[in-house]
Amino acid sequence: MTETFTPPTRFAVPGRIAVSNRAAALWQTATLTEIRRETPHAATFRFAVPAWEGHLPGQHLMLRLTADDGYTAQRHYSIASAPDDDGHIELTLDHVDGGEVSGWFHTGAQPGDEVQVRGPLSGFFAWPGDRPALLIGAGSGVVPLMSMVRHHRARGLGVPLRLLVSARGPEELIYAREYGAETTPVFTRSAPEGVPVGRLAARHLAPLLAEEPAGGWEAYVCGSNAFAEHASRLLVRAGQPVDRIRIERFG
Amino acid sequence: MNVTRGFTGRPRAHRPGLPPGQYDAGDDWPVLSAEVTPDLAPAEWTFRVDGLVAAPRTWDWDEAHALPESAYEGDIHCVTSWSKFGVRFGGVSLDAFLAAVRPDASATHAVAYSHTGYTTNLPLSDLTGGRAWIAWEYDGKPLAAEHGGPARLLVPHLYFWKSAKWIAGLRLLDHDEPGFWEQNGYHARGNPWEEQRYAGD
Ligand SMILES: Cc1cc2nc3c(=O)[nH]c(=O)nc-3n(C[C@H](O)[C@H](O)[C@H](O)COP(=O)(O)OP(=O)(O)OC[C@H]3O[C@@H](n4cnc5c(N)ncnc54)[C@H](O)[C@@H]3O)c2cc1C
Repeated sequence: MTETFTPPTRFAVPGRIAVSNRAAALWQTATLTEIRRETPHAATFRFAVPAWEGHLPGQHLMLRLTADDGYTAQRHYSIASAPDDDGHIELTLDHVDGGEVSGWFHTGAQPGDEVQVRGPLSGFFAWPGDRPALLIGAGSGVVPLMSMVRHHRARGLGVPLRLLVSARGPEELIYAREYGAETTPVFTRSAPEGVPVGRLAARHLAPLLAEEPAGGWEAYVCGSNAFAEHASRLLVRAGQPVDRIRIERFG
Repeated sequence: MNVTRGFTGRPRAHRPGLPPGQYDAGDDWPVLSAEVTPDLAPAEWTFRVDGLVAAPRTWDWDEAHALPESAYEGDIHCVTSWSKFGVRFGGVSLDAFLAAVRPDASATHAVAYSHTGYTTNLPLSDLTGGRAWIAWEYDGKPLAAEHGGPARLLVPHLYFWKSAKWIAGLRLLDHDEPGFWEQNGYHARGNPWEEQRYAGD
């Protein structure tokens, strides 16, 4: 065996963890146990997956719906829950206009319904809880970041963690009741009295990058491609090294 | 079969070109790269082919453009389930680059790598015979940075993560060596017609 090939450029984003190929290959039944409304357009779906192998915050799964003629639709969804939720996982889905899969969840799904999932997938956006984490999300892009926040809390981790979450307005802010001092919401269309309205900007990042912890931040950016491009450019301009920025784009 | 109660799905589109488990994204072209989109000017772009070859070589933008033009018109398939029909890419066939470096008989695989450091592995046989390109045009216009511009690898018969954006080079090897997504659980080859999404498929 020859020496492993290493590209001449320092790799932007090496994977954080090895992924179990067995879990990735296996479809399992997930039974819906609870639906919780988060915002007018988003809801959380809780599932029992008895043989779930566990995941790290930030990972996603592939979900499949099957019609009675065998037709299937499959999409990726980030895992919203922390890893220690024995045999259960939670997903938070936006209701996409005309969406095939999110449409079924938001208009048809009931507790007791069964879907198929495979995963967890991708170790690259995972946060094992080891490094200071600067999390930046918009819309449903906050979902994998919330898994990190919940994990941080559930384990009482001492490593610094900050969340910048962008939403159109307070009523569109997913998980609004759960945020604590680690979180700064950014409102793009409407905001509560005294809170400025405007998109994520350098002034939001500056104080966080100024309080940079020892070893620096590992930045996790998640949301639409447009948001990911915007946020990652702001981070680079603010001095965050490109190889310490991980991006999950929802397409 | 595990039927999902109440799920009917969209009207069945009988598209012969649609691999199993895929849907037609229409005019959308989702972007899914995991790294920061690099600010790479054509003048800074280079493409190198080395490893198990007789004459390793690096091309700059003008040198690569001096090779015979070649276009791909057809479909592309992303592992996240979207497919895009009737796309047009312009560039140069990878065969033209490989002819110049003369691969050794022992070369069986390649690692494609990007100017960002992204990597992906491919059997050499998937890169030859008019099935792979270095592409810098999309729909007659320069390829956008978020889609891999100034130039990307294009291997349209495999899932699109194999078509490395911001392509910087190919290293030819006598063995298979997993790239970025492949180390993260994705399939070594990624043939959409056999639904080779994840390792073990
Ligand atoms: C890694 C990853 C993680 C993700 N995590 C989450 C998450 O945590 N939460 C979340 O909400 N989303 C997440 N997404 C997005 C998710 O995968 C889906 O893309 C999203 O839910 C939309 O799927 P859908 O089936 O509802 O919509 P689709 O049916 O895919 O439709 C999307 C849009 O295209 C239009 N469209 C597409 N095809 C047709 C057609 N044939 N006819 C008519 N219209 C069409 C629809 O009208 C709609 O506007 C994630 C994506 C990725 C890649």
